[in-house]
Amino acid sequence: MTIVALAFYLFAICAIAGGLFTVISRNPVHSVLWLILAFLSSAGLFVLLGAEFVAMLLVIVYVGAVAVLFLFVVMMLDVDFAGLKAEMAKYMPLALLIGLVLLMQFAIAFGAWETSQGADAARAAVTPEGIENTAALGLLLYDQYFLIFQLSGLILLVAMIGAIVLTLRHRADVKRQDVLAQMYRDPAKAMQLKDVKPGQGL
Amino acid sequence: MVEFFTNTYLGMFLVIVAQILALLVPLLVALAFLMYADRKIWAAVMMRRGPNVVGAFGLLQSFADFIKYMVKEVVFPAGADRAVFLLAPMISLVMALVAWAVIPFNDGWVISDINVAILYVFAVSSLEVYGVIMGGWASNSKYPFLGSLRSAAQMISYEVSIGLIIIGVIISTGSMNFGSIVQAQDGNYGLFSWYWLPHFPMLFLFFISALAETNRPPFDLPEAESELVAGYQVEYSSTPFLLFMIGELVAVVLMCALVSLMFFGGWLSPIPGLPDGILWMVLKMLFVFFMFSMVKAITPRYRYDQLMRLGWKVFLPMSLFWVVFVAFAAKFEWFWGAFARWG
Repeated sequence: MTIVALAFYLFAICAIAGGLFTVISRNPVHSVLWLILAFLSSAGLFVLLGAEFVAMLLVIVYVGAVAVLFLFVVMMLDVDFAGLKAEMAKYMPLALLIGLVLLMQFAIAFGAWETSQGADAARAAVTPEGIENTAALGLLLYDQYFLIFQLSGLILLVAMIGAIVLTLRHRADVKRQDVLAQMYRDPAKAMQLKDVKPGQGL
Repeated sequence: MVEFFTNTYLGMFLVIVAQILALLVPLLVALAFLMYADRKIWAAVMMRRGPNVVGAFGLLQSFADFIKYMVKEVVFPAGADRAVFLLAPMISLVMALVAWAVIPFNDGWVISDINVAILYVFAVSSLEVYGVIMGGWASNSKYPFLGSLRSAAQMISYEVSIGLIIIGVIISTGSMNFGSIVQAQDGNYGLFSWYWLPHFPMLFLFFISALAETNRPPFDLPEAESELVAGYQVEYSSTPFLLFMIGELVAVVLMCALVSLMFFGGWLSPIPGLPDGILWMVLKMLFVFFMFSMVKAITPRYRYDQLMRLGWKVFLPMSLFWVVFVAFAAKFEWFWGAFARWG
């Protein structure tokens, strides 16, 4: 067995184990940590495929940002585990049924899947000769599919602005921090020193 | 004999292990003296003496501390999640150390010369936040939890601007390999060919973001002593605490290496005619580390809302604008092609 095959099996087993334990672990924080293991292992698989740029993006975006947000939310949840388990037992048959149907569909799809020789060759060598992986991706995204790429960016921007508009409320009865007023405050006027005589008061 | 090291798996494995040891052992030994230097500089600014008892001039202070940490008892707080509690400091140290795999110290002196080296460093340093979050959560205690929440928000915020600044350097170079980035800064004018001149404002933004990213003062809010006791490190003792501390310092030194590679020309000599070499790289890293220590000594801690405002409302727009500017300047070769070095 070569080193590459060994690394492939290591990453593959880690990815599957990570996914499995994400589902079955009792503590939601542990679930997220297992999910991170699954992400990292799939990044390793991408490296083995020669797609190092995608691998790094997977780590930066999914592990470095998305999973941190998951962890952030899950850490602050006060989860009632007993209640969750009772609910899970209730829906278990339905979940198993859906899983079975999905599995059968996959089996049918992949059982009847046939690819031509040319398609296989195209799949194995997506990167043109003499260009490194990152540059090839850049040429594809910014030259060939430039408009579609920009459009997808615009859609994300609209979604972001939409989320901000939906949640932004200015309430009149709440005191808000005015940063400029704080910065341009005159320290000399902020405090008064009074000499209080004993027994007199102000 | 040569074939054993180039053709067999065991031989190649031994070569890689030897390379890793050749990097890590000097790094960790240097770390002990960097810690000492950090404390001495801090003390000098405050007109104190600093460590001066153990060894000549207190030079062995770090080793004494090391032994002290090792022989103390590891205390687990009640209700702590033991596995995650122990995993957190290990992640903190390991993530700080594995990033060094792609850092070159001289032309070709690098363990793994990969195409996406700078992205790799960025990815690995974005994982460092997990050590902090997991440590704070697993302690099952209020102050560590608050500290880890703060640090999660802080490190993610400043990663954004670090990433954008890195994109500017990548655009100028046309490659993500550290060797190419340093080669692109090689010019006829010595230190004036380096990226600090064309990317001048970003040098400061990167330095300040690096302070925030590594939880150094004035952005040490996750471990603010006056508010959160010691933040996510409160419940840690003995070796796990030591791992956290080494991890933090290794991350700082890594940032020093990044600044000197990206903005100060790595191993290139500042004066044309003098030979390039590892000496320059080390000197530049030491200079940046000195700046890190000085900032620690002379700045008061930021308030949390100020920190977030600086990250999102000042640094993010500035670095985003800079990416657009560098893209135009590189494409149309403004400033005598100072931004377009891929040719």
